[in-house]
Amino acid sequence: MSESAPEPVVRVDDLRVAFPTLDGRIQAVDGLSFEVSAGGGLGIVGESGSGKSVTSLALMGLHRGSRADITGTIEVAGQDVNKLTDKQLRAMRGNDIAMVFQDPMQSLHPQYTIGDQLVEALRVHRPDVSRAEARKHAVEALDRVGIPFPGKRINSYPHEFSGGMRQRVVIAMGLMCDPKVLLADEPTTALDVTVQARILDLLDELRRDLGMALILVSHDLAVVAGSVDEVVVMRHGVAVERGDVRTVLSEPEHPYTRALLAAVPRVEVSRAQRRAQDRADRAERERGEQRAAGAATEEAPAQEEFAAFAPQEPEGEREVLLKASGVGQRFKVRGGLWGRSTDFWAVKGVSFDLYKGETLGIVGESGSGKSTLSRMVMRLLEPTEGRIEFEGEDITHIAERRMRPLRRDVQMVFQNPYSSLNPRVTVGDAIGTALRVQGERDTRKIKREVQELLDRVGLEPSHYNRFPHAFSGGQRQRIAIARALILKPKLIICDEPVSALDVSTQDQVLRLLSELQDDFGLTYIFVAHDLAVVRQVSDRVAVMRKGEVVELGDSDSIYEDPQSEYTRQLLNAAPVLDPDQARELRAERVRERAGEA
Amino acid sequence: MLTYILRRLGAGLLLLAVVTMVTFGIFYVVPKWAGRTTEQLATMYVGRAPTPEAIQATIDRLGLDKPVIVQFGEFVRGIFFGAEYQFGRDTIECSAPCFGYSFQTYQEVFPEIVSRLPVTFSLALGAGIIWLVGGIAVGVISAVWKGSLFDRIAMAIALAGVSLPIFFTGLLVLAFPVHAWGWFQTPRYVPLTQDPLGWAAGMFLPWLTLAFLHAAMYARQTRAGMLEVLGEDYIRTARAKGLSEHKVVLKHALRPTLTPIVTIFGLDLGLVLGGAVLTEQVFSLNGIGRYAVNAITQSDLPVILGVTLFGAFFIVLCNLIVDLIYPLIDPRVRVH
Repeated sequence: MSESAPEPVVRVDDLRVAFPTLDGRIQAVDGLSFEVSAGGGLGIVGESGSGKSVTSLALMGLHRGSRADITGTIEVAGQDVNKLTDKQLRAMRGNDIAMVFQDPMQSLHPQYTIGDQLVEALRVHRPDVSRAEARKHAVEALDRVGIPFPGKRINSYPHEFSGGMRQRVVIAMGLMCDPKVLLADEPTTALDVTVQARILDLLDELRRDLGMALILVSHDLAVVAGSVDEVVVMRHGVAVERGDVRTVLSEPEHPYTRALLAAVPRVEVSRAQRRAQDRADRAERERGEQRAAGAATEEAPAQEEFAAFAPQEPEGEREVLLKASGVGQRFKVRGGLWGRSTDFWAVKGVSFDLYKGETLGIVGESGSGKSTLSRMVMRLLEPTEGRIEFEGEDITHIAERRMRPLRRDVQMVFQNPYSSLNPRVTVGDAIGTALRVQGERDTRKIKREVQELLDRVGLEPSHYNRFPHAFSGGQRQRIAIARALILKPKLIICDEPVSALDVSTQDQVLRLLSELQDDFGLTYIFVAHDLAVVRQVSDRVAVMRKGEVVELGDSDSIYEDPQSEYTRQLLNAAPVLDPDQARELRAERVRERAGEA
Repeated sequence: MLTYILRRLGAGLLLLAVVTMVTFGIFYVVPKWAGRTTEQLATMYVGRAPTPEAIQATIDRLGLDKPVIVQFGEFVRGIFFGAEYQFGRDTIECSAPCFGYSFQTYQEVFPEIVSRLPVTFSLALGAGIIWLVGGIAVGVISAVWKGSLFDRIAMAIALAGVSLPIFFTGLLVLAFPVHAWGWFQTPRYVPLTQDPLGWAAGMFLPWLTLAFLHAAMYARQTRAGMLEVLGEDYIRTARAKGLSEHKVVLKHALRPTLTPIVTIFGLDLGLVLGGAVLTEQVFSLNGIGRYAVNAITQSDLPVILGVTLFGAFFIVLCNLIVDLIYPLIDPRVRVH
């Protein structure tokens, strides 16, 4: 930084954080340096385990009292965090630098009103401010972050707000002392796409209007693209690349950054392009394997441009595998003196045909009914109304006993690979149980089949006797996929299969799913909230909102020419990698909201 | 809020009715299933000389040969309107609320219980306060200084407290501080209204003994809960605000920790109010627990039945109170 530049408000120099563990020291951050000038914006990007969250906690001095071993300099507003006394450190927290956390559902105290929590944040640093004044200030802060009726809502408890609103409250709490830096650690990861866009827009607006510096930590390059000037890409505790956001995103120097950028699902890449790319990559890989085995003698076909691959449309009449007509699910919500219940329709009047061999993407935000719908298709829930036919047979209300043979044909892959595998059951048993349930008795045969499948999904057959805790998130999702595949189903329902995974792992799992579809002729229902992911795997897409399908059609036409207003909003809210495009979309959203108001 | 209270109240009354029915069944129906004849049953109520005439008289008097439903109806009627028993030529009156009449001591059960309530109340409330405050304080300190010497010693003592039965700790207390060292006078009950200091001095050791057992459990529970809460995101938020550590612990972490503790406290206090049997027995305090023990050793069924119902009443009552104050502690269960 040159002499004429403004004094940095945050300066990190050669930061090293290590944790002593039973298996030796773990170097979580190794020689990290960056600066943020007053009013500047810095993005810290990395996958899980990259040390980005450790860094943000270190900035707040929140490692105090733990066993973390921190060396190097962390200067916040001119003070070295590592050298401050506990008291000085507390005076800095919330006053000079405020933090916004990942999970807004957990980061507010459930038993105090938000007013109390905001007032406390101010009065801890300004004890001379009266309670009434502090409340006035809190109402202003809530108004500033866009909480409607702040004067009334100040007396509400956190559970009375939605996730996005809670994150606004956390941000308002950060604003109480007019800090110089706002540190946001994955502030939108737990939120829906449209809510994410609003929170990012808010952070950007605050940064501009209040002149606060913003440090935005995320696993997603697309999230930081439109909001910061500079970006640091972290991997295994080391900053592999650091520079202007436009340069890093358009001309990445480090191979890891390039790989990360390549793995980010892009909403503008179509299904056909993605498939062609996947197939070309796969062919390349297999040729490579053959060459390595010395078996390849024939001339390898020239690698085609992936755009030249035509989407392979099946010829003639397509066969319907599953047909849903007017399906609805009603839940009763209890309340009142005698437990009078009111009806709540989680899904209402949904109809679609699912053709053999295709992937139907179901996209929607939380509460849109997409999971309820997939559960009805699985017949884990019995539809309240409508009709579901599987291969021509009406399965809407058939008994569980008659459903069981059909369970072979419809399998499911769940969202959270950490909780969907029983920690006390070995991988082999977890996968093999389904065979046993369906009547297979020969233990050796089960083991052989499971091991073949493990190999097929990219794991080692020798993993058969291991327990789930020995695997990473991506590997666990592979196990879950193997478990779904073991019965050779016709239809697999993937309920947010990659949303808990890192970008690069996500990419691998998506590739695996697509290869398996080619090899086994599978049909997928792919449920997700991420528009880009859905586009890349789906032939057709259904957009859901409040239990209804607002738009259903060919995925490319939905993404390029959305017919419904809601789909358009969703697409506008999806984060994009190009910083300039991201800012344009933001400006458009701001105009739209101004128009609404 | 009103509907919530009414619903809880209704549920509590219903529960009491069910408990009454079940308890009654245990004493009057189950023995018959086990093969006891009406005569054998009557023998237990007859008093000292079970002659055939006396047994027959008892059967007539108590209506033991009538259908169970009728007997139960009469019992319930007695609670509201009182009952009368023919005793030879005399009529014994058991005024409402009549929870039975002991034919061994020739006393109504209800006034006997009421006269013993002050003892049991004094014991339960005093011990309750000690174990609640002591247990929580130790638990909080242990959690904050996890792994420290204090933590390890406190948890070892807590383990002992949970494991040692009251008739052991109680006798230990009597043997050393009272008899061997003479630090305390022998525990006895002095009515609070007569001599508040004497009341506290007399009840001190029973309180400690009873509280020790429970405090140990509360300390362990508080420690575990506190450690869990200290790992929550909102505690990190509180620290990130710049709050001092004691405010983080006492204001932000303690309240969520207390929520489940209040629930068990309601149960435990109700249980002890129904008679701290062992403590009362060890220290010879004439409370409900001791009354129950005496009744059991003498197979005085009406007394056992009455005491059981009383115990159930206190548990239901304490639970009701907990249910009502719960929304004050945790706003998430408030009804809108």
